[in-house]
Amino acid sequence: MSDDARLGEARPSERESTGKPPARALPAGPAGDAGLRLREAARALATWDFGVVAVTVGFLVVASMTVEHFGTARNAGYIILDLAPILLLALTMTLIVTTGEIDLSVASTVGLTSAAMGVMWNGGMALETIMPVAVLLGAALGAVNGLFVTGFGLPSLAVTIGTLALYRGLAYVLLGDTAVADWPRLFTGWTLGRIGDSAIPNVLVPMAVLAVICGVLLHATPVGRSIYAAGANPIAASYAGIAVGRLKFWLYVASGAMAGLVGVLWTLRYSSARADNAAGLELTVIAVVLLGGVSIFGGKGALPGVLAAVVLLVSVQNALRLAHVSTEALTVVTGSLLIVAVLAPNALGALRTALRRRRTTATGRTA
Amino acid sequence: MTTVDSRTGSTWLDLVLRFRALGLIVALVALVGVTTALNPRFLSGQSVRDLLFAAAVTLLLACGMTVVVLTRGIDLSVGSVLGLSAYVTGSALSATGMPTVFALPLGLAVGAACGTLNGAIIHFGRVPPLVATLGTLYVLRGVVYFAAGGSRINASDLPPGFLDFGSGDVLGVPYLFAVSVLVLAAVGVFLGRYRAGRDLYALGSNPEAARLAGVPAGRRLMTAYVLSGALAGLGGVLYAARFGTVDASAGYGMELDVVAAVVVGGVAIFGGSGTTLGAGLGALLLTVIDNALPVLRIDQFWQQAIVGALILAAIALDRLVSVRAARALRRKGSHV
Repeated sequence: MSDDARLGEARPSERESTGKPPARALPAGPAGDAGLRLREAARALATWDFGVVAVTVGFLVVASMTVEHFGTARNAGYIILDLAPILLLALTMTLIVTTGEIDLSVASTVGLTSAAMGVMWNGGMALETIMPVAVLLGAALGAVNGLFVTGFGLPSLAVTIGTLALYRGLAYVLLGDTAVADWPRLFTGWTLGRIGDSAIPNVLVPMAVLAVICGVLLHATPVGRSIYAAGANPIAASYAGIAVGRLKFWLYVASGAMAGLVGVLWTLRYSSARADNAAGLELTVIAVVLLGGVSIFGGKGALPGVLAAVVLLVSVQNALRLAHVSTEALTVVTGSLLIVAVLAPNALGALRTALRRRRTTATGRTA
Repeated sequence: MTTVDSRTGSTWLDLVLRFRALGLIVALVALVGVTTALNPRFLSGQSVRDLLFAAAVTLLLACGMTVVVLTRGIDLSVGSVLGLSAYVTGSALSATGMPTVFALPLGLAVGAACGTLNGAIIHFGRVPPLVATLGTLYVLRGVVYFAAGGSRINASDLPPGFLDFGSGDVLGVPYLFAVSVLVLAAVGVFLGRYRAGRDLYALGSNPEAARLAGVPAGRRLMTAYVLSGALAGLGGVLYAARFGTVDASAGYGMELDVVAAVVVGGVAIFGGSGTTLGAGLGALLLTVIDNALPVLRIDQFWQQAIVGALILAAIALDRLVSVRAARALRRKGSHV
């Protein structure tokens, strides 16, 4: 039963991950061909990815019509500012979860790099040097995770729960409960600023660039194929000549560096280096990645779904806030979405298998 | 060396496990010894009482977490379940004037209901435990916030009998700690001596083999999550009794401490191995560290970093031990 369901799920994901159009060249007549193609296209559209994108677009449309001030360019700018850290962390988290691992330490890495920035700034370093050093620090913290996971072969869940506590703890050791807030206006202004006279925030530029890089990496390069292979079956992948350990190690380094970058952006955006910056954000990041259709078991998922999930979650939160719904509702919404995101594909998969079984028995009878 | 080789496989593992508990005890004694040498008041009656009070709730939750982790699962919702149970019990006692005796069953029932929810999502929905309980962590905390709003239950609202239970002790051992230790022993016996308990180990070490051997996997998983939920619920009652004040943030972030205690206590995060004794010692060690830091004049801010380092050290140690055990078993196999 469970094997059947898994096969049922694997089919559409295969299609979406290769990114090939669903239409197949079949030796059929023009009319039958078109009908088949239509049905194939419809089935390809009925994937989780597309569902999330559709729900997101639908929500944005409905919310801008019903919630006051939601559809304004100004509010869109705020939404983009709010989703920046989640989106950036979700990019590398998608890659890691697709390999079948997890990184729960990202938010603590943000906190530690932010605290380290505060210490360096108090020490009189120039911000131009602090920023790259912070990203490198993040990469080093990610390398520690990678070493424990791939070098010592320890479960990533346990390792990153450990470093979640360790990195956050070290952040407190560095800064205690004080804040460093005297950041130069030039830089803090940029993180909040907009491009020219438009309502587009500056941070959209690095976000878009990094999203494109990660998207191309995952969906259009051999490295991306290796990531799927490593997640789907690590043993088969290593027999196929993929250095699974090395791949995962570098993904952890990338995840750490990304968290370092988010640390820089977070510190400058809120003009405050604090040890508790981004506390608890790892749960939101995991939530959007799973909501975006990435399987927690690895080997399955795609970046567009994750991007849509980030937009969905942040804009739902924004709309609820504008509609004066209490912030408590947000935690319930996030938690339910997280469960539904995994529950629904399972249920759909079971349904699809059931339907297919009925269809095959029906055709068998007619033939 | 020869003595080890002459033993059977299971005794070897037994030795390793007992060694782990021994290691924890050595660490505890060393830490208490050093701290007492620096400040003799650390072992005074009041200080020990405070320590046992602080350890009681973590101990209880670590016990439930052990049961779940043994099955290759995890229960991240324990902090939220504790908060919900503490709030429900507290408001039932203060608003309805419910007799104090009913507090424990009520807390257990609230927790068991949450545990049933977790178990159902995991078993019937086939959602991985990490994801399911991360979700209920959010949802249940949201429910507590809804129910409590900004209000809080104060000690003056609670019946004196309940508060006496929270602060009283028998022969210097707080009631709360005594309850935790009794539960720990009971769950330990259940896991070690009863069929259903052994099934949990079997499910954790090889789910497929356990299923083929006829272990009712679904029912056992439900048992594990309901037990973990119920103990977190009981923890909520103890929490309310100990502090007297309960607000919506009760038990916030506690799941991390509990997972840390369990991992440090030698329960393998990928299931199949570990004891409640180890988890209890892990919880005790973390509490002692927490209480010893101010005495040792170490900044309290180090606490979380030390917890993190301990988790990493513990899983690395487990890995080393299991690699060695496997090698020893293989060597023995070649003799036969």
